[in-house]
Amino acid sequence: METIPEKPFGQEPMSTDPRHFRAYRMKRRWQETHDTFTIELAAMDGSEPVNFAPGQFNMLYVFGQGEVPISISGDPRQPSALTHTVRAVGSATKSLRRLKAGEGLGVRGPYGSPWPLEGARGNDVVVVAGGIGLAPLRPALYELLHRRADYGQIVLLYGTRSPTDILYRKELARWRARFDLETLITVDRATDGWHGHVGVVSTLISKASFTPANTTALICGPEIMIRFTALALEKRGVTPENIYVSLERNMKCAVGFCGHCQFGPLFVCRDGPVFSYPRVKGLLAVREV
Amino acid sequence: MKSLVIERTDLEKLFSTLVGRGYRLIGPTLREAAIVYGEIKTVNDLPIGWTDGQAAGQYRLQRRGDAALFGYNLGPHSWKKENLPPSLRLFSAERRDQSFVIIEEPADELPMAFIGARSCELHAISIQDRVLMQGPFVDPTYARRRNQTLVIAVNCGQAGGTCFCVSMKSGPQATQGFDIALTEVLDGHRHYFLTEVGTTRGAEILNDVPHRAARDVEKAAAQRIVDRTAATMGRKLYTGGLKEFLYSAYENPHWDDVAARCLSCANCTMVCPTCFCTTVEDVTDLSGAHAERWQKWDSCFTADFSYIHGGSVRSSTKSRYRQWLTHKLATWMDQFSTPGCVGCGRCITWCPTGIDITQEVVSLRERQPGRKEQSDGEP
Ligand SMILES: Cc1cc2nc3c(=O)[nH]c(=O)nc-3n(C[C@H](O)[C@H](O)[C@H](O)COP(=O)(O)OP(=O)(O)OC[C@H]3O[C@@H](n4cnc5c(N)ncnc54)[C@H](O)[C@@H]3O)c2cc1C
Ligand code: SF4
Ligand code: SF4
Ligand code: FES
Repeated sequence: METIPEKPFGQEPMSTDPRHFRAYRMKRRWQETHDTFTIELAAMDGSEPVNFAPGQFNMLYVFGQGEVPISISGDPRQPSALTHTVRAVGSATKSLRRLKAGEGLGVRGPYGSPWPLEGARGNDVVVVAGGIGLAPLRPALYELLHRRADYGQIVLLYGTRSPTDILYRKELARWRARFDLETLITVDRATDGWHGHVGVVSTLISKASFTPANTTALICGPEIMIRFTALALEKRGVTPENIYVSLERNMKCAVGFCGHCQFGPLFVCRDGPVFSYPRVKGLLAVREV
Repeated sequence: MKSLVIERTDLEKLFSTLVGRGYRLIGPTLREAAIVYGEIKTVNDLPIGWTDGQAAGQYRLQRRGDAALFGYNLGPHSWKKENLPPSLRLFSAERRDQSFVIIEEPADELPMAFIGARSCELHAISIQDRVLMQGPFVDPTYARRRNQTLVIAVNCGQAGGTCFCVSMKSGPQATQGFDIALTEVLDGHRHYFLTEVGTTRGAEILNDVPHRAARDVEKAAAQRIVDRTAATMGRKLYTGGLKEFLYSAYENPHWDDVAARCLSCANCTMVCPTCFCTTVEDVTDLSGAHAERWQKWDSCFTADFSYIHGGSVRSSTKSRYRQWLTHKLATWMDQFSTPGCVGCGRCITWCPTGIDITQEVVSLRERQPGRKEQSDGEP
């Protein structure tokens, strides 16, 4: 019989196969909402943390259960606490939820294009998030606030389906208390005790204070929300070139091999997920591209 | 390029030389009423005296009146099944304590020698090379196979009923991507192969195979054969401005018409030599202690392909056919600086309802809203 090399997971030299991952273990997990949780991961071998840029994502592999693209939701200045916020919707994300502290999982990445924070310097920045779309925007907010003086007005517009779906509640409360950040939150459907805005997130655009001509906008959420938000921002006078959107497609490889993430000529894994709006505007207007 | 001649009677020596050097020969052979690529050992395994009649939705083996070895065009298989296997285990994993270990796959056994690859297929291979080994990331399994595989090309002695390599500038004469290229010449009582050497590896192999320099008449005879093939293509596709046209044709009414005929069966993508899409399946055994990851061919015609939470992005057949054709002839160019179609005609032949990519393009052009009258696809 052939002897197949068996390598302790996490101690092998970096594989040359871009589809192979590094070994991590679950450090902590906490519930954000009824269906969404945040996990913090640590490299199994205690190796140096891998740096990432806000907007990038990792592929997370759960033993035998599947692999899914999940954005990094933590602070880019603290990459050792590798943080992901996950909505449990199907088999792989639910098996992530079942992982216990100390258990191993595979991580490869970070992949994808980042939010253009450097290019936005000197501008007002409007961050628009829908639902779980706040997760990939949170690293951008951390970074914007780290370098607060580099930017003009900073606005966060956040919409969820109902008040129980609001993520990062404590953090949002802290942010709302800041004078150098305008945070507006809306829900599609109000429930008892909700006294805030009701309506889709694009309706908040007219309520926020920023100078459209000097504004960079970052949008992530369901595709329909992205479309309407970008149109509303354009209408208010934001230059389309300064609008950035993060798109979602089925992904199997994240490295341009599997073809699943195609959006017209674009590979969302390789060319995105963050795109400048003019690059995708035409395609977003066509159904089922 | 210097031209040589190998007599038909000496061709066996080429095969045995390759086998002697440790190559696994993959070539055309008769199986299940078609000419497919499989493991072969000798010249006698070739489909001697057979050809393939092809039309939209039709493939039929036929007897030739001679004993040609390569007197057919293309079967349902392409070399992608060797370079990018339909099903491939990427790794196994075993549980250990709270975590697991990864067991890598052993490297492949013998290097392969492809026997009888056609020009369009060489182009298809170099297109897949761009996708899987010439971008920012390299697929190591694919790259290993490609680097160690020897390629013996055959120039087509006839055009198939669904071929349009001339339109796609990918044939019928092999110009790149081979170690050795043969043109089979049957001339009265003579049967020989005009031979061209593409690489030093190919030249080295020929040291062990009887050959001589080609005479001018032999070169001319081989050239006439390829020229005749080029002049008798079964199909043509006018590619002028095609990319720009397709980018403007997302809302063309003809997509609904194709959708009414397309079964979304994915045959066209399986037989296509350039289609590279794959999926992965993660499985565990019953004990849950052993896991494997498999890579499998996938198709943009399935519902799962574009599934994201809440539903498929492309739920209609119309959107899937549009994705496929637009990818082949337009978006591929922006992705990889080449079209994703080499004009092999397989998708036409093997479509159960005979949908014809060349004809669909003509119809799309005709039905484009606002098009100028009288353009039948050609200027
Ligand atoms: C770039 C990127 C970043 C993402 N970031 C996050 C994040 O930070 N937090 C988060 O909760 N989710 C994120 N998602 C969505 C997440 O990847 C899917 O929810 C997840 O793949 C669902 O897998 P499942 O096995 O649990 O669901 P199932 O419904 O069982 O999945 C079936 C198949 O569809 C695929 N699939 C299903 N939904 C999606 C989807 N929305 N996007 C892509 N593939 C999908 C799965 O990979 C799987 O192949 C991101 C997606 C992308 C593309
Ligand atoms: S699209 Fe059709 S004709 Fe073109 S390479 Fe693929 S199978 Fe051949
Ligand atoms: S075009 Fe033909 S082969 Fe391709 S999916 Fe449709 S019916 Fe099947
Ligand atoms: S996810 Fe595989 S090509 Fe983008």
